[in-house]
Amino acid sequence: MRYSALSILLNGLRGNAGWRPAWRQPQPRPHYDVVIVGGGGHGLATAYYLAKEFGITNVAVLEKNYIGSGNVGRNTTIIRSNYLLPGNNPFYELSMKLWEGLEQDFNFNAMVSQRGVVNLYHSDAQRDAYVRRGNAMRLHGVDAELLDRDAIRAVLPFLDFDNARFPIQGGLIQRRGGTVRHDAVAWGYARGADSRGVDIVQNCEVTGVRQDGNRVTGVETTQGFIGCDRLALAAAGNSSQVAQMAGLRLPVESHVLQAFVSEALKPFIDCVVTFGAGHFYVSQSDKGGLVFGGDIDGYNSYAQRGNLATVEHVAEAGKALIPALSRVRVLRSWGGVMDMSMDGSPIIDRVHRDNLYLNAGWCYGGFKATPASGYCFAHLIAKGEPHETTRQMRLDRFERGYLIDEKGQGAQPNLH
Amino acid sequence: MASLIPCPHCGRRPKEEFTIRGAALERPGPDAGQAAWMDYVYLRDNPRGAYREYWHHTSGCRRWLVVSRNTATHDVTGAEDAAAGKGGKA
Amino acid sequence: MNRLRLSTGGLIDRSRPLSFTFDGRKMQGFAGDTLASALLANGQRLVGRSFKYHRPRGILTAGAAEPNALVTIGRDGRTEPNTRATVQELYDGLVARSQNRWPSLDFDIGAVNGMLSPFLGAGFYYKTFMWPADFWEKVYEPVIRKAAGLGRATREADPDGYEKCWAHCDLLIIGAGPAGLAAALTAGRAGLRVILADEGALPGGSLLSETATIGDRPAPQLAADIAAELHSLPNVRVLVRTTVFGWYDGNVFGAVERVQKHVAELRAGAPVERLWRIAATQAILATGSEERPIVFGGNDIPGVMTAGAMRTYLNRHAVAPGKSVAVFTTNDSGYRLAADLEAAGVGVAAIIDSRREGSPVGGGSARVIKGGLVRDAKGGKALAGVTIAVDGSNETLDVDALAMSGGFSPVIHLACHRGGRPIWSDAHGAFLAPQDTEGLTLAGSAAGVGSLSACLADGAGHAARLAGLLGRAAQPAVFGPVAGEGTGDAGKPLWSVPGIRGKAFVDFQNDVGLKDLKLAVREGYGHVELAKRYTTNGMATDQGKLSNINAIGLLAEARGVSPAEVGTTTFRPFYTPVSFGALTGASHGKHFQPVRKSPLHDWAAKHGATFVETGLWYRSAWFPRAGEKTWRESVDREVRNVRLNAGLCDVSMLGKIEIHGRDAAEFLNRVYANAFLKLPLGRARYGLMLREDGMIYDDGTTSRLGEGHFFMTTTTAYAAGVMNHLEFCAQALWPDLDVRLASVTDQWAQMAIAGPKARTILQAIVDEDISGEAFPFLAAREVSLFGGALRGRLFRISFSGELAYEIAVPAGFGESVADALMEAGEAHGICAYGIEALGVLRIEKGHVTHNEINGTVVPADLGFGKMVSPTKADFIGKAMVHREGLTAPDRLRLVGVKPLDPAATFRTGAHILAKGTEATLENDQGYVSSSAFSPHVGSTIGLALVRNGPERHGEEIVVWNGLMGETTPAVLCDPVFVDPANEKLHA
Repeated sequence: MRYSALSILLNGLRGNAGWRPAWRQPQPRPHYDVVIVGGGGHGLATAYYLAKEFGITNVAVLEKNYIGSGNVGRNTTIIRSNYLLPGNNPFYELSMKLWEGLEQDFNFNAMVSQRGVVNLYHSDAQRDAYVRRGNAMRLHGVDAELLDRDAIRAVLPFLDFDNARFPIQGGLIQRRGGTVRHDAVAWGYARGADSRGVDIVQNCEVTGVRQDGNRVTGVETTQGFIGCDRLALAAAGNSSQVAQMAGLRLPVESHVLQAFVSEALKPFIDCVVTFGAGHFYVSQSDKGGLVFGGDIDGYNSYAQRGNLATVEHVAEAGKALIPALSRVRVLRSWGGVMDMSMDGSPIIDRVHRDNLYLNAGWCYGGFKATPASGYCFAHLIAKGEPHETTRQMRLDRFERGYLIDEKGQGAQPNLH
Repeated sequence: MASLIPCPHCGRRPKEEFTIRGAALERPGPDAGQAAWMDYVYLRDNPRGAYREYWHHTSGCRRWLVVSRNTATHDVTGAEDAAAGKGGKA
Repeated sequence: MNRLRLSTGGLIDRSRPLSFTFDGRKMQGFAGDTLASALLANGQRLVGRSFKYHRPRGILTAGAAEPNALVTIGRDGRTEPNTRATVQELYDGLVARSQNRWPSLDFDIGAVNGMLSPFLGAGFYYKTFMWPADFWEKVYEPVIRKAAGLGRATREADPDGYEKCWAHCDLLIIGAGPAGLAAALTAGRAGLRVILADEGALPGGSLLSETATIGDRPAPQLAADIAAELHSLPNVRVLVRTTVFGWYDGNVFGAVERVQKHVAELRAGAPVERLWRIAATQAILATGSEERPIVFGGNDIPGVMTAGAMRTYLNRHAVAPGKSVAVFTTNDSGYRLAADLEAAGVGVAAIIDSRREGSPVGGGSARVIKGGLVRDAKGGKALAGVTIAVDGSNETLDVDALAMSGGFSPVIHLACHRGGRPIWSDAHGAFLAPQDTEGLTLAGSAAGVGSLSACLADGAGHAARLAGLLGRAAQPAVFGPVAGEGTGDAGKPLWSVPGIRGKAFVDFQNDVGLKDLKLAVREGYGHVELAKRYTTNGMATDQGKLSNINAIGLLAEARGVSPAEVGTTTFRPFYTPVSFGALTGASHGKHFQPVRKSPLHDWAAKHGATFVETGLWYRSAWFPRAGEKTWRESVDREVRNVRLNAGLCDVSMLGKIEIHGRDAAEFLNRVYANAFLKLPLGRARYGLMLREDGMIYDDGTTSRLGEGHFFMTTTTAYAAGVMNHLEFCAQALWPDLDVRLASVTDQWAQMAIAGPKARTILQAIVDEDISGEAFPFLAAREVSLFGGALRGRLFRISFSGELAYEIAVPAGFGESVADALMEAGEAHGICAYGIEALGVLRIEKGHVTHNEINGTVVPADLGFGKMVSPTKADFIGKAMVHREGLTAPDRLRLVGVKPLDPAATFRTGAHILAKGTEATLENDQGYVSSSAFSPHVGSTIGLALVRNGPERHGEEIVVWNGLMGETTPAVLCDPVFVDPANEKLHA
């Protein structure tokens, strides 16, 4: 069923009784060409591109809860491709390009809104770092502009320009960055994959990986054994747990990251703004809530909830940046479990076994990567070799010393 | 994590006073070989459940502690001085 | 005053009238009113507009769950959008405005959306607005955003203050209703340290709206009596107007106290709100229960409210809900309202009871329609009547107010904040708290307990039990027999009424109706979380307090399963929304972060320094003199003067660490990559500290002041990090080493004296001989100053490449010593110089800072490869520094860069391209890590990290700054631009 203004009109006139399920609720079959573990954004996108771009449709996506119940449904919805290092930059730009045509591609309005992402700087050193980053972006044809204080003030007059502890000096803006309605991304990919024959199996938790020598033969699940020719893990947040079933240890720790939304307000903040002198970033949803976040809580956790101290730190930074937030009320806080990798960059690689594929280590940057992650992972699974933008995202880079460390913090995940 | 950490020297103190380093692993000997060092520096069990972790009481006694914690429930079951049992003065 | 206000009764003070305005209309209420009760008393039923269809909305509840009656109060920087009129206490001069309507509350253009509702059902926006692609940002989204949102936030700063505090107690009791008060009295009398918190202005909760008597005392009197006794107990703290909003790990609760949200004039010096972090050994959750609306057509028309709310307005605020009232109930509670209405002289048209058997409770003389259902309510901006379905026929009643009671949901939110899932109880027709809430006990109707007498007993009983657990004997408080109470019978849930004609709302604020939930199920979004996300049910400012349970029931019906199988969405903080102000406390504006000032700050200030934020420090950046128009003029002068004469620079903010112990040398040998074991007494050495992964962590000098006594300096930025790291090494890695560490950054004022005249100037205050022979390069010793008046530490080290020293003196003497040096140096042309000049001097000399040591470089990248000891048995970073990728020849390595045309410039952050190549990422050769105008060279110079850099000296390249539209032909060169033979250094 194709979605359009006309379909809404016709269904509306007929009492909306004609809408059909966006995806089926299939019983898993005994064997698939590809089994993907994780029905989040990355897993669903992988299935979608496997089917659409690489013609592999005998695919199952196994989700232990409901689809989109992980980080695709609990992030702060930001997309951007303002990366510094050549190991990351082309990949995230591919993702941005896929975002730009996504809704027409999968016929689902995910509200991709290129409202601009501003990273503020408050010192000469921060400015220099953004000049370096902005130039790396420009070298790859990614849009970037350096705005001075006056230009920032023109766009964001309500920031604290006159009484700040760390005065704003300017900012790096990527105008093509913005926000996307996060749940809709999972739903759009699910619907697109399902319509091409992919089985999306919810409430199906993987409990073991069956192996025969150098090959994986299938997975044990709460709905029985499911065989496969290729097994793809896309369970960020729980990557270590899933990998462990295949006998693999990862350079990953699971950390909790909190996010917040305020009560709905009339339009206030038009773009995404990132504070440079504290951990705070904010945008406003179409519904009117200010969606914001800060830094990870800093300790290993599989609980999707955080602590009050972090809440306070985020609020402090928020009011320091935008004094008018003082009387705005915060409605809800929640937590997501992040795959924090040891260099802050992701892993997309064939690992450990001949037919085992790993998609992990997204830190808190997984949402914006969803389309490219799905596309490149599908490419790797289908063709057996990495997509050109993910060549450096190998698992053995840690051992060999080819790290992709944007922040230069080294092997301490809670600093990335 | 807990909101309060039972520091063996200072009593229960708010987590904001502490700095967290990560898994309390044993540092390999200098000649342990690349595999052992790779394990120590990069690989993590990342368990869902019981976990031992280095915390530093930065705004307190400035001792490094090994905090025993559950990563699924956030319950803290204990904290001991990192030097305890290593021949050092805790 | 309107005739809706009863002449007697209630907890309002008729001797204290208060004036307020609503949408500019002047109105009056009394002390003890909420804004909602005052609006009702003034006959103002229409209070707001809904989110999507802009339906007229009134007042639905009398508490924190209110979804409809949201208004904006206050002015300017005190503007507060989305304030619930039902909890806002009235004060004199309160200014309230309705929201989300245009042009006016009465006539709102947006209401046209209601007519389009067949096309605006759940998730319609996911199916359209996709063509053409760029119309989303340009056309559709701006319209949607403008229509969405509720109130408008101010753009101004808040003029008022906030604060935070910690509190510790044996027992925290959340909710001062019957169960909470009984618990507090029991625990308080037993001597426990008790905190009792309640969101209301008065302790009492439902007692304040109750007409029952307890031991012959009216319920509000009992509440007042208990409160009085609690106030007399020194071990009990009663926090009113305080909402406990979250339950966190370690039994820590977050609470916000609205200290001055109810006053016309703010008390100076007192906060508006106060954030409490309460660490409780045990806690009792006595938060009562929430009455459910019923899903029938037109259930949102102003004049329809929950039965409990109507009872509160009637009994507590003495406001009649209308002239003729109908009561629609699924349980016994509606009957008690009917009886109270009749007693107050308000006409009750009928009690419509969904149960065929009716109720044992007396509802006064009103007609009871057993087995009846309100199918539709009628009216636009005010209720005009209801259609009742009973036994297959319909009856219409002309009423102007309708009370509804769909049963009660225990308020268990906090009990679910730490991951526990609620449990459905068929007996209660409700979700109850999770089983294992260690440290938190539920009591009263929050625990599913029904009647008032049972709640009092339950609260007292739990408190006595917990007191025993905490080692105190306690007797449960008793209050005498209760007369006139309800049965507490839960009734049977009624998820929806059949045959509805009008719009039936589940989530009032977000306009989610019965049809939307059915559509969600039809389209495959039937999981409770997916339904929430697809329809937005439960995502409004009330977070589903009223709507979630009905949505779960309706989803269960549509899916043909039990509510237990549907389950709930996740309860998360905050129970009710909390302001940024409260969460922030005093940490904002200039006080966002603490300020660190050097002991030489005042010295720098009196020499006219311009200060710049560096981390928490304010550092002197340059010292402008009369006639200098730009910062560059000042910096160039300072640089030239240091190279020509001498300069004094404050370097006190460098990290300083005392290291003592028998094994101190061995310790340093392990934490530095280069050798320290044999550092001679009285000598300083440059040290390179790595991380375990082989990357450089920090650098600095360490001096040996005694056999087992060293003094380390670190960079300013990493001072705290290095100290933590050293403590980790000493305590966790090598506790067997005898070493002690102390941070002394704040104890010493330290200044660099650099330049050809440095020795001469310094000798004027140093008693010992500091000639080149007596005090050579890298000498480090304690010295006597001013003829023995003071001891200091002198180090012959140089960041600038000049003959230079650093002298450290106890912080309190810093300014005097700096003054003395400036005086001694005056004849020799000394000047004060700041960190800008310091930066230029070090770039000229090719010295690196954290611009280069950025966490991704290994020693060899910066030309320090030979410093990494090949012979030491062990040091931090030894095992990983030689990995393939860290020794690859094409790594970015340190090199100098200068423009071909001396008049040309480039900037830090610009990238390096080989001459004649295209500007692509593939061709990227590296970047400029530091740059400055060099007075010595006479042009801009830079340090850069470039592929194969050291092998490319002399190569012409292009410095590319496409971001700023600059391209500069330049040449790579040796990074040491000044005195490569180090002659000046050793002078």
